[in-house]
Amino acid sequence: MKQFLTFVRKEFYHVFRDKKTLLMLFGLPIVQIVLFGFALTNEIKNSKIVICDYAKDEATQQIINKIEASQNFDIQKTLFSHRQIEEAFKAGNIKLAIIFPANFNNDLSHLHQAQVQIIADASDPNTANTLTNYATAIIMDYQQELMKNNVVPFRIVPEIRMLYNPELKGATNFVPGVMALVLMLVCVMMTSVSIVREKENGTMEVLLVSPFNPFLVIIAKAIPFLLLSIVNLSVILILSVTLLDMPINGSISLLFAESILLIITALSLGLLISNVAQSQQAAMLISLMGMLVPTMLFTGFMFPIENMPVPLQVICNIIPAKWYYTIVKSIMIKGLGFSAIWKETLVLFGMTVFLLVVSFKKFKTRLV
Amino acid sequence: MRTLKFLLQKEFKQIFRNKALLPLIFVVPIVQLLILPLAADYEVKNINISIVDHDHSTFSRNLISKITSSGYFRLADYSNSFQSAFNQIESDKSDLILEIPQGFEKNLVRENEQKLFIAVNAINGVKAGLGGAYLNQIITAYNADIRLQWFQSDKFNTAPVITVASSNWFNPFMNYRFFMVPGILVVLVTMVGAYMCALNIVKEKEAGTIEQINVTPIKKYQFILGKLIPFWIIGMFVFSVGLFVVARLVYGIVPVGSLLLLYGYLSIYLIALLGLGLLISTFAETQQQAMSVAFFFIMIFMLMSGLFTSLDGMPQWAYIIAKCSPVTYFIEVVRMVVLKGSGFSDIKNHFVIMIGFAVLLNGLAIWNYKKTS
Repeated sequence: MKQFLTFVRKEFYHVFRDKKTLLMLFGLPIVQIVLFGFALTNEIKNSKIVICDYAKDEATQQIINKIEASQNFDIQKTLFSHRQIEEAFKAGNIKLAIIFPANFNNDLSHLHQAQVQIIADASDPNTANTLTNYATAIIMDYQQELMKNNVVPFRIVPEIRMLYNPELKGATNFVPGVMALVLMLVCVMMTSVSIVREKENGTMEVLLVSPFNPFLVIIAKAIPFLLLSIVNLSVILILSVTLLDMPINGSISLLFAESILLIITALSLGLLISNVAQSQQAAMLISLMGMLVPTMLFTGFMFPIENMPVPLQVICNIIPAKWYYTIVKSIMIKGLGFSAIWKETLVLFGMTVFLLVVSFKKFKTRLV
Repeated sequence: MRTLKFLLQKEFKQIFRNKALLPLIFVVPIVQLLILPLAADYEVKNINISIVDHDHSTFSRNLISKITSSGYFRLADYSNSFQSAFNQIESDKSDLILEIPQGFEKNLVRENEQKLFIAVNAINGVKAGLGGAYLNQIITAYNADIRLQWFQSDKFNTAPVITVASSNWFNPFMNYRFFMVPGILVVLVTMVGAYMCALNIVKEKEAGTIEQINVTPIKKYQFILGKLIPFWIIGMFVFSVGLFVVARLVYGIVPVGSLLLLYGYLSIYLIALLGLGLLISTFAETQQQAMSVAFFFIMIFMLMSGLFTSLDGMPQWAYIIAKCSPVTYFIEVVRMVVLKGSGFSDIKNHFVIMIGFAVLLNGLAIWNYKKTS
């Protein structure tokens, strides 16, 4: 036991001496939380629009004021002719054009019917859809105000409630993903590189000929990264609770237990990579290409899995982070207990056992 | 001039001899261009809906069939209790609950007004917003239908009605791939250019062969040009393959705007990008350092470029950072020219800014590159 602790201490020295790597280890989660939490939002606001108003009457002015007051829109300019619309779209970031025909108010008050045209730049289909909906809602709102005195027959009033995330913040979706990403990055890449470095330097040979059990050498290597990951995880959680106002609705201990399970999965994966790779560069490339990119793409936090073609959906299932992401969402945001996530936990556990067995089988006590 | 020719010959020989690098340059981008747009599909469709029907009337059935036939929604669950529908949301089997209260039909006819309850799983804000809006549209349309059926005196109705006609330009079928493919093409060119260029020079540093070049009468600018030109050509090649083979044949994207304009911008962009690679290589001592620095910057550039998320929604400081990255401008230009057919006068500011980037990055790199160590 004393021997083992000495080994663990040696590994800690290795980690703490490498200041550049340490900086990356702690800097990356913070940068990612800040980027994903603040800079990258899927919210659509301040979209630049143009208005082409042929009527210039009381009604259109009121609608325009309403649009101007909405934080979704930012009126760039008022055009004098619809011929300028295409030009405006081509020249810049205009996302939407709203056109009021002449005699709008007249038609509205005397014929009880008036038309508005909305043209969206659909090169980005989602934004186009959302903005059209927002603009329509504002115009409908105006119409409701006009009708206040009239009784409208057979009115269905939908009441929409947004569960879990009433402000529709992007962070709720991203933070669990960033947690998975950072844990994978730290554990897989760092473990594999640190073992392969000993191989490259030839010091692995020295460790293996010592009377110490080779498996314990590897376990001692993993322990600093396990602890570092837990520290990282706490940093992410503290940042997201304090800075991003994220809730932790479920039990924190359950969250940490599940995270430790993912960390062990990732560590065994790193071990497996270090068995295969011969150079640090190869280890880094395999970890980056093989783990990081799939984790970003196939976890479901950036792109919805259900939209992918079936073969890709199948691939998603072999990514450990995908299961972890579901677990974190259930615990943190939905506040569910273990009974809701035992299936995912079981899958993750199975993966861990499988990876551990394979990597210990492949582990060679002789290097040549 | 002759010196440059020999240097170029050397570089091309080295690139084509490296059997590990070649697939990385030519095959990986194409595979990524085939897989990424399939995975990065942010189009909101197939929303799973749970319907709780307490009414079981003709009206509620008509409404449900209208919702399921709209194409946006998939009926995941049809039940009598809100709790069972909520369990579906908790287990991620459905995204949305529509609750039709008891007496829906009766109250609507008698009291002229009836509420419907919609609960949306809003963990993914975009999906929730769009899903709620779609459902709202369907209900409004259904409402109008009912009014037409039951309310005859429409002609004498004094209530003013505003009809909104909306149309979608540049991508009338709302195909999300049209939006993603050009952007991903830019990212691929960026990765190939910046990584390869940075790694290539650092490799010579690590191997020590750069010393041999330093002691020859080769001029600084000749050496740098010798490094830049091969990767410039490779970048052009990768972009062309992506644009003409993958984008056109697989996704059916034909650029609306002028190709000459696109390539003109690409050539300046590549110069700026290679300058960045060069700059990284002058700072890094080992390939590992070069790789991690390049990875860090490209990750930030990529995430903030407006490829996946809209720039308008960003806070001011993030917007400024995004505007300091060449990737942002190129993605804008590619989308404008390919999808909307913008002309030179529309993007002349982009040209000026990119030339600025090219001069700045290359200038810094050349200034920082020293023949003596």
